[in-house]
Amino acid sequence: MSFLPYFVAAWLFLAGLYGIITSRNFVHLIICLAVLQSSTYVLLLSIGYKWGGVPPVFAGAAVGTPAVDPVVQALMLTDIVVEATVVALLLSLAVQLHKHTRTLNPDDLEALEG
Amino acid sequence: MPLAPLPVAIPFAVAGILAASNKFMPRRLADTLAVLCAVANLVFCVLLMAAARSQLLVYWFGGWTPRAGVALGISFAIGPFGAGLAAFTSLLVLAAMVFSLHYFDAIGTLFHVLMMVFLGAMCGFSLTGDLFNLFVFFELMSAAAFALCGYKIEETAPLQGALNFAITNTIAAFAALLGIAMLYARTGALNMAQIGRALDSRPDALVLTAFALILCGFFVKGAVLPFHFWLADAHAVAPTPVCVLFSGVMVELGLYAVARIYWGIMDHPFGADRAAVTGLLLAVGTATAVVGAIMCFGQRHIKRLLAFSTVSHMGLMVIGFALLRIDALAGAALYVVGHGLVKASLFIGSGILLHRLRSVDELELKGRARQCVGTGAMWVLAGLGLAGLPPFATFLGEAAIDDTATKAGHAWVAWVFFFSAVLTAGAVFRVGGRVFLGWGHGEEGETGGAKKIEEGPETKGPRHDIPAAMYGPAAVLALLALAVGIIPGVRQAAQAGATRFADYAGYQARVLDNAVVPLSPPPVEHVFPASSMARSIGAAAAAFLLAWFALSPYWPRKKSWASPVKRLAYNVRRVHSGHIGDYVAFLTFGLALFGIVLSVLVRLGY
Repeated sequence: MSFLPYFVAAWLFLAGLYGIITSRNFVHLIICLAVLQSSTYVLLLSIGYKWGGVPPVFAGAAVGTPAVDPVVQALMLTDIVVEATVVALLLSLAVQLHKHTRTLNPDDLEALEG
Repeated sequence: MPLAPLPVAIPFAVAGILAASNKFMPRRLADTLAVLCAVANLVFCVLLMAAARSQLLVYWFGGWTPRAGVALGISFAIGPFGAGLAAFTSLLVLAAMVFSLHYFDAIGTLFHVLMMVFLGAMCGFSLTGDLFNLFVFFELMSAAAFALCGYKIEETAPLQGALNFAITNTIAAFAALLGIAMLYARTGALNMAQIGRALDSRPDALVLTAFALILCGFFVKGAVLPFHFWLADAHAVAPTPVCVLFSGVMVELGLYAVARIYWGIMDHPFGADRAAVTGLLLAVGTATAVVGAIMCFGQRHIKRLLAFSTVSHMGLMVIGFALLRIDALAGAALYVVGHGLVKASLFIGSGILLHRLRSVDELELKGRARQCVGTGAMWVLAGLGLAGLPPFATFLGEAAIDDTATKAGHAWVAWVFFFSAVLTAGAVFRVGGRVFLGWGHGEEGETGGAKKIEEGPETKGPRHDIPAAMYGPAAVLALLALAVGIIPGVRQAAQAGATRFADYAGYQARVLDNAVVPLSPPPVEHVFPASSMARSIGAAAAAFLLAWFALSPYWPRKKSWASPVKRLAYNVRRVHSGHIGDYVAFLTFGLALFGIVLSVLVRLGY
């Protein structure tokens, strides 16, 4: 296993953070959050990957056949469900915000200072 | 133990029923179902707590028990602390549901659905013994909390607060997930006991990174400096019954997760670095307590004021955990319960003000609540609890932590408690004096230019009465905080729970090998030193004096000798900008700093 996937995971996490910190639009910001989250997908999959491994379906396979790790794949699926929920919720909040204030720029919101 | 999954299963089932019948279920029936569900949960959690006293209860879903120390299944590992926290959650949800009987008259039953999901997720979070399961319940509880926080969707402030809350906490959850994935990569396990057993050596760079990510992830939920920004925003805008749960138990669950992970996984690998962990967490806790207290005193929005008091008290609880000793852990547990009860009571008090007078702005409410004598009395009672006056449960916790800290050579910790108590309780008394007695000025003063936050009404109908369903829970919770401090045997029970919680080897043996683990808690000292009693009474008195001074004409309002202090407070306040980019920048900075300091301390063998 090369180091490349781990580097990509770290890169996605940091790029997502940078995007969120500098964002001027809540929709952009929420998508940056999704980018940040994809770092967890990459990391989970690369942890369970095995060169030359088969998919983890063992019906008919000989004992000792190398296979990729099904646990991390299950974790990733759960992770996707979580993301779908949270991103949908966040986007709906952003839509409501736009309805009330006609803006999506975090810089324009001043209700909660101090 | 077939009872074990019920505290999670029942609320989810009820949530499903309520959601499916949302269109035609009468409001009163939904209320009844939700209240009954909270009661049932409370009963089951108390039963679990009683059953867990003799032995850790381990429940394997689907009967997937571990073979030869390898756990493939997912387990609940229930000790007295976990079950107790779940019971406490159920109690606060019950209080919040009773309080909201008169709330949100026109909204159908979606509020109930979210509250039940929130309840089930928080109970699952306290009971689970699996690291990934912990993450899932964390996200489930967060998603319900985001939706509840932004419930008043027709106003701008709740939307901004909910967005800030949701974005910071989601980043935190993913940081924790990255850490969990790293631990899985190293150990091939997700069960906490199994990870602990597999990690039995000094932490290397990967393990240190993993723990820094996981701990910071849960510290964001725990509102620890510099991750605390979301908390005040979320509390200021969430509906009152939701604030009760946020401050009363949700924030504390973040610290619970850190403690669970420490005593379940980290204690042995970090055995040689306990001083490093203690030093780092003491610093973090102290900073949180001090900044929270300063911000608390400078607020005029009552819910936001109480929220910053929660930040400050979270710092104190982190200090209790940071000492990594059984006595202090028992003290922290008592403090969580005591603080949760009085804070819930105070939030309900602010909800009563909002119901009755249509505002939670301290200056605007000046003298308008003179006729609410009962609410005012309850407010002061809860404020005394916040100050840690004996015999409140908060005092028991504080005294135990102070005592342990002094024995460990950190005698200054007691003064952090004193500082926090004086400022937070002082702010609460100031609100009491101004709102219920009409003392002081009605214009900008000691709140130093804090902005007014618009708060929409949460109730309809006649305002000239306070229904018993609103007043009752507040009074019962404040009196419970007093009762917990008086009941004999509470400290012994907390001590036994803490001993079980901190039994690293016993936890692994019980979960992985199904062994019977004996328990011998260290004895509790029956009398506290007179100095800690005197300090607590002194703190309450000083808080009264501070509140009186703030409302008196002598308070320096114009340019004066107090300018440097004011400028400091102003600068601390300005950092809390309400801007999500700033919050995430602080989060990133805090995460990096925490990881670097932890690694340096551990690697240098401090």
